[in-house]
Amino acid sequence: MLRESVTRLREGLRNKEYSARELVEASLARIDEQNGKLNALITVTPESALVAADAADRALAAGDAPDLCGIPLVHKDNFCTDGVLTTCGSRMLANFVPAYDATVTRNAASHGAITVGKANMDEFAMGSSSEHGHFGVVRNPWDHERVPGGSSGGSAAAVAAAMVPLATASDTGGSIRQPAAFCGITGMKPSYGRISRYGLVAYASSLDQAGVMGVSAEDCAYLLKAISGFDPLDSTSVQRPVEDYPAELEGALKGLKIGLPKPYWEGLESAVADAVQAQADELVKLGAELVEVEMPNASLAVSTYYLIAQAECSSNLSRYDGVRFGHRCEDPKDLQDLYRRSRGEGFCEETQRRILVGTFALSSGYIDAYYGKAMRARRLISDDFTAAFEHCDLMLSPTAPSAAFKIGEKETDPIAMYLADVNTVAVNLAGLPALSTPGPQVDGLPVGGQLIGPYFSESRLLMVAHQLQQATDWHLQVPEAAA
Amino acid sequence: MSIDQWEAVIGLEIHVQLKTESKIFSGSSTAYGADPNRQASALDLGMPGTLPVLNGEAVRMAVAFGLAIGAQIAPSCVFARKNYFYPDLPKGYQISQYEDPIVAGGSLDIVTDSGARSIRVTRAHLEEDAGKSIHDLFRGHSAIDLNRAGTPLLEVVSEPDMHTPAEAVAYMKAMHTLVRSLDICDGNLQEGSFRCDANVSVRPKGSSKLGTRAEIKNMNSFRFVERAIDHEIHRQVHRLESGQEVVQETRLYDSDKNETRSMRSKEEAEDYRYFPDPDLLPVTVDEVLIDEIRVQMPELPQARRARYENELKLGAEEALQLTDDPELVAYFEATLEAGGKLPPKRVANWILGELQGALNRADLAMEASPVSPTQLADLLGRVEDGTLSGKLGKQVFEALFAGEGEVDAIIEARGLRQISDSSAIEAVIDEVIASSPDQVAQYRGGEAKVFNYFVGQVMKATRGQANPGQVQKTLKEKLDG
Amino acid sequence: MATDSKAKQASIDLETVRKTARLARLAVDEEHLASYQAHFERLLALVADVTEAPIDDVEPMAHPMDMAQRLRPDAVTEDDQRERLQASAPNAEDGFFLVPRVIE
Repeated sequence: MLRESVTRLREGLRNKEYSARELVEASLARIDEQNGKLNALITVTPESALVAADAADRALAAGDAPDLCGIPLVHKDNFCTDGVLTTCGSRMLANFVPAYDATVTRNAASHGAITVGKANMDEFAMGSSSEHGHFGVVRNPWDHERVPGGSSGGSAAAVAAAMVPLATASDTGGSIRQPAAFCGITGMKPSYGRISRYGLVAYASSLDQAGVMGVSAEDCAYLLKAISGFDPLDSTSVQRPVEDYPAELEGALKGLKIGLPKPYWEGLESAVADAVQAQADELVKLGAELVEVEMPNASLAVSTYYLIAQAECSSNLSRYDGVRFGHRCEDPKDLQDLYRRSRGEGFCEETQRRILVGTFALSSGYIDAYYGKAMRARRLISDDFTAAFEHCDLMLSPTAPSAAFKIGEKETDPIAMYLADVNTVAVNLAGLPALSTPGPQVDGLPVGGQLIGPYFSESRLLMVAHQLQQATDWHLQVPEAAA
Repeated sequence: MSIDQWEAVIGLEIHVQLKTESKIFSGSSTAYGADPNRQASALDLGMPGTLPVLNGEAVRMAVAFGLAIGAQIAPSCVFARKNYFYPDLPKGYQISQYEDPIVAGGSLDIVTDSGARSIRVTRAHLEEDAGKSIHDLFRGHSAIDLNRAGTPLLEVVSEPDMHTPAEAVAYMKAMHTLVRSLDICDGNLQEGSFRCDANVSVRPKGSSKLGTRAEIKNMNSFRFVERAIDHEIHRQVHRLESGQEVVQETRLYDSDKNETRSMRSKEEAEDYRYFPDPDLLPVTVDEVLIDEIRVQMPELPQARRARYENELKLGAEEALQLTDDPELVAYFEATLEAGGKLPPKRVANWILGELQGALNRADLAMEASPVSPTQLADLLGRVEDGTLSGKLGKQVFEALFAGEGEVDAIIEARGLRQISDSSAIEAVIDEVIASSPDQVAQYRGGEAKVFNYFVGQVMKATRGQANPGQVQKTLKEKLDG
Repeated sequence: MATDSKAKQASIDLETVRKTARLARLAVDEEHLASYQAHFERLLALVADVTEAPIDDVEPMAHPMDMAQRLRPDAVTEDDQRERLQASAPNAEDGFFLVPRVIE
């Protein structure tokens, strides 16, 4: 039943085909069986999950069950969970138990979803491979020698391996879409401000956005609806009603203009381009029209993204100083020693690289040339989207330039890893919604197509992805290793 | 060169703790004096995932301040992060304003012995306060209390327009009066609600080139500001005159030794890496909000002083004394209101004289006064309507202060009612005249000063309760007649 | 502009990396320092397309949201959670967080 759609699970639960307890037990059993191989979860919470499952069964029996009542899910381990370890994949927070919930986890729970665990990730969400976490490498369910993508690799692997039907994740430069593509599932990053960032441990605040992962667009629509909404605890949360995403999945593609941003189709593995072209062709069959769109400043996106993200991260991660929470070194000889060693020991190399570069980009004498310039380039990149959306309703591109790469392949070359984010980072710079939906596989590995929309076009994106998924079965492929 | 040949150049940075209920970015209480870290929420501790949301009242207070000093209010201003590591700075950065402060320009008038001057304000910006580090509580450790972390501050930076310690203190006092009048700060220097740092440099008189400045911190009273700046001026002059240079540095004032000393130099200059805080959006202050705040603004000290002098006919000194202290103002206004048509000057005299004297003797603050404005108004009403003489009034005041009850009850209980009944007064006078034939002869023989003897006898016989005016008048008629 | 000329140097000396590590309060050993220096050089070369772009007349964009800051009502909404919040403190005593003595 863990391979069934959320719509089906909702029916199954309401028709008493199975209980929430049975569903959660199945999920926990699947985690038991798979997590040793995949390392997708850092923490599993069977006790609280079963208590919640029994409560869900009572609500179902009483007939007042909320939308996601009894549906198990995992949260990426950068969402704070009251009383439950929240590590961000870091030694720095290896023992950190928050006394508060993220708005996302609270909203998911109030809609009845049941947390069964916390998903592994690149440390502080910095990475594109889920190899940079303190809790070890996450493996791709399609090929255990390959990465699941990152930074939300644990969430993606958990869904792809059918541990859970749904997962939350976060996306600062592609951290939902790229792992969704690598693991053959659907992942959506909504518009900046759509989902509260309260309790989402910050990487780069002007880019971070929470989002959802599921097998299908339809499944994602349920979770998105549950966790979205205005939050007075987040100054950047928008006061705008949440649409009923699952109810708006039916729609006609006729007359819909889908832009193909030229630079996003260049410099890729040709098989990847072919796979996403197949998605484009399918959309045309459904009535959409393809138009080529220019994105003249697309080549600046990776540089701009890394300068801004690292500048913000250098400041966001200053709070990990070993004073009030988190890792503190043994026997500090003085305060400076406490700071330096606690941080030196608590952060992995990749995190340190980013803090250093970000500190440098903001430092006196360099800020105008680095951070300052990046803010100007950000405007140009954002304006490119505004201009492009005058000619199309949505855009389609490959999510990543390749399918999942081998574990270790890019670990020694961080720059190469950064460059692979070329198609996902601009969306975060502009704050737009985007999702990744599976296309035809390449050599037995999933490939994702990225749909990008204007601000708050989540419904339209989900509708188009859903229609595409109704017409194809690419998203229904099941990894053999996890079958 | 002697000290007279040098000119000091002084600029002040005043940190005004705004009197909000909750912190600038969190819903924690700002109340002073709680147990350590009991008013430090997850956000105040800089915990992962927490986010700042701006307190609207802090913005309104900053705008009111800006309007009061005639400054420009930025239509849009930005919060920036000032990055540095210190144990009482929980996030590793302070949320402050850098390039775009909410208030720019404006000025404050001061009066010193050398006359009236206007001191320009460069800017005022909103920021969050840090916590406190306590170094002497645990052996080998500093103890961190973050209750104060996140308390809203308005940092007011002056131009280097002051030249003497007296001017610096006058400016600080004028600022202190202003922020309390605006009711945006409780002004408690001891609790750190109103803190001052001074930038001091010296240059030969007549020179227009600024000397190297030192920043002095840790001056928590008006007196210390004056003494610290005075000391620093002398120190700098001494250095320059003995061929040494002034080093640009931060110096702490030690009030026990009355000296400033260099803070241990940091191993390298701080690089604060200011950049716009991505957790907060630009703050817009539109004309509607400004007008709303303007309408609600209390009368400012200067305008009030002018009104007291011109309309209420108070003396300049009385007006100044009253308007310097918002609590005196409140008491004065309340007494006038309760008293209906009392002459303002009499009310002012009683407050500045009797009331303040009694409060000082009892070591009580204005707000703890045992005599309420209504009671004082009642009392002065009784003086005004002739029930009490001024002297009797003072007796009643003392009784009021001692908590003996309401004015009329005290008058009754003590039998202090002034005798204004002319037949009663006449009877007493007749008795006095009859029993003092020698004095009557002297008076009528031309010794006018004997008149006072009769007055004294009448007052004595009435235990001071006879209406003195009436006594004089009647005596004159009887003796001269 | 001086800053522009700095940006163009793709070479960053070890001392700059060391200074940045001090500023960021990161203990970095010599071996890692060298590897970070190499990374700096490659990254700064990568971002040269932005740092050298003739875009100084473009309005900076600090944030994707074109929205004004929302103002919160001035109300106390937090209650005392000291015990829970200090449960994960590395060193807390009598309600204080303790650090090695800071000498001022």
